[in-house]
Amino acid sequence: MAAHTPAPAAARTGTRGRRRLGSTVAGVLILGVMLFPLYWMLNTALQPDSGLLSVDPVPGSLDLSGFAKAVEDQGGHLVTSLVVSLGAVAICLAVAAPAAYGLARFGLRGSRTIVFGTLITQMVPGIVIANALYNSYVDLGLVNSYFGLMLADASLGIPFSIVLMRSFMVSIPGEVIEAAQMDGAGPVRTFLQVVLPMSRNALITSGLFAFLFAWSDFMFALTLNTTDDVKPITLGIYQYIGAHVGDWGSVMAASVLSAVPAAILLVLAQKYIAAGITGGSVK
Amino acid sequence: MTMSTLTAPGTAAEAGADAPDPARLRRRRALAQWGFVAPAVVFMLLFFGYPLVRNVVMSFQHYTPKTFFTGEAPFNGLDNWSTVFHDALFGKALWHTLVFTAGSLLGQFCIGLALAVFFSRRFPLNGVLRSLILLPWLVPMVVSGVVWRRVLDQDTGVLNSFLGTIGLGGDTPWLTSPGMALLSVILVNIWIGIPFNMVILYGGLQEIPKELYEAASLDGASAWRTFRSITVPLLKPVITVVLVLGFMSTVKILDLILALTDGGPADATQTLGTLTYQNSFVQLDFGAGAVVGNVLILISAVFAVFYLRANRPEGK
Repeated sequence: MAAHTPAPAAARTGTRGRRRLGSTVAGVLILGVMLFPLYWMLNTALQPDSGLLSVDPVPGSLDLSGFAKAVEDQGGHLVTSLVVSLGAVAICLAVAAPAAYGLARFGLRGSRTIVFGTLITQMVPGIVIANALYNSYVDLGLVNSYFGLMLADASLGIPFSIVLMRSFMVSIPGEVIEAAQMDGAGPVRTFLQVVLPMSRNALITSGLFAFLFAWSDFMFALTLNTTDDVKPITLGIYQYIGAHVGDWGSVMAASVLSAVPAAILLVLAQKYIAAGITGGSVK
Repeated sequence: MTMSTLTAPGTAAEAGADAPDPARLRRRRALAQWGFVAPAVVFMLLFFGYPLVRNVVMSFQHYTPKTFFTGEAPFNGLDNWSTVFHDALFGKALWHTLVFTAGSLLGQFCIGLALAVFFSRRFPLNGVLRSLILLPWLVPMVVSGVVWRRVLDQDTGVLNSFLGTIGLGGDTPWLTSPGMALLSVILVNIWIGIPFNMVILYGGLQEIPKELYEAASLDGASAWRTFRSITVPLLKPVITVVLVLGFMSTVKILDLILALTDGGPADATQTLGTLTYQNSFVQLDFGAGAVVGNVLILISAVFAVFYLRANRPEGK
């Protein structure tokens, strides 16, 4: 193609191409600056002997002893985080998906108020919730329990999931649901066999975010636990820096491990994440 | 997809009207329908509604460490309120919260918008770079705080060694001097917030019709003029949403500050969020914590009004 193009046009595509390449270079630089702290986390983790000394810009050798120590000290907390987060996702979806469907399709009196209330919950500061919740948890015996933390962490994802899934379910064609009802399916079967499969993407996006919210939670872990029984990785790392100020290598290794789910999800579920950020906040 | 709005909810339900007892059936159906929504409503009332009410009540009660053994928290009128408001730390925390929120939002928004405009250009690897940039936002905030604590360390942090190498000082006490700490915490929070701002603003930019830009360039409008007369006005709804959501998540921040400075040095980074935490969970004076928490709610409520206004056209 290029051979047949007249000279001036070729020159123009040439400059445009060069400008595009320049943009790519600038983009890579921007990304480099933004991700530098995370690179430094990995880099420090690979230099466990540096202690309180300065860290070399690039690790001289592949020293995984920092990671070994982090797994030894924090492995249990990673498992706790995983269990609590998965539990929170299950609770979140079980509560939010039917509600989203009900609010999208039933035309119940009060639906508007509920949707309004769901949006309002985003303004309630977590520490205020923790303040009241701690006292109730003490009365109910939920302090230092997996179930208590799962419930609290689920609250981080529920309003978001309702808003996101509702806006998706509103757009499911009414005919599909009516057809199911004609076939004699009750509301529960229609929901489970027709609506949920059609809402797969919205469910996945909600689930991913509910997981990330629960995995990142620090405040409920800090305030609703008084012993070491239920200690997620975020709380583990926070207490680690208090106790191991000189041992940055293993602190950073634990940090890397705690960032792994975010990185994996970003690579595997890119499109869901971008959809969730825009869908959950703008709509 | 276009058919979706044609069917009003409830019309299908009328089909069963010739059943024996319509009123009873309708009631049963309504009950089944509420069954879908009720768990979420109960959950949100317990985890959002109840804490709001309980905090107001708690702010008039006298809590001590003993309360959790005896279960007694007698009412003490306005004592908690007057104690908190007479404490110089409250005014300081309020001021830090405002500075922190304003500074963070300004930085996140401006840089986020600049990056959104930048990534609206077409160039190779655009999509990959744009999604990788989300990583700082997805990492748990407390972990980001810990990482930055290492980066900003006065003696061995990489930022100071870098600044030293290029001859720009290199011994700044980023997190350890009361004069610098708040600024440093703001800078870190800007870093955390950039991806979120960028993604939403980028989404908004894609909605603006390309023809407008073509028309502007035919008219010979400068890039700045185009930005001001087309981009900003058309982006306004999205800008409002970004700023209000940013405000609400920034004003209540706790994780990041605890991880970076624990509110120190000398209370230089104490905010309303950390003060609530300190009062309740360190001093075990939940009454005083509730007072600060209520002030925080009040500030958020004012902005919630803006948020709902911004959401109104979307809310169906």
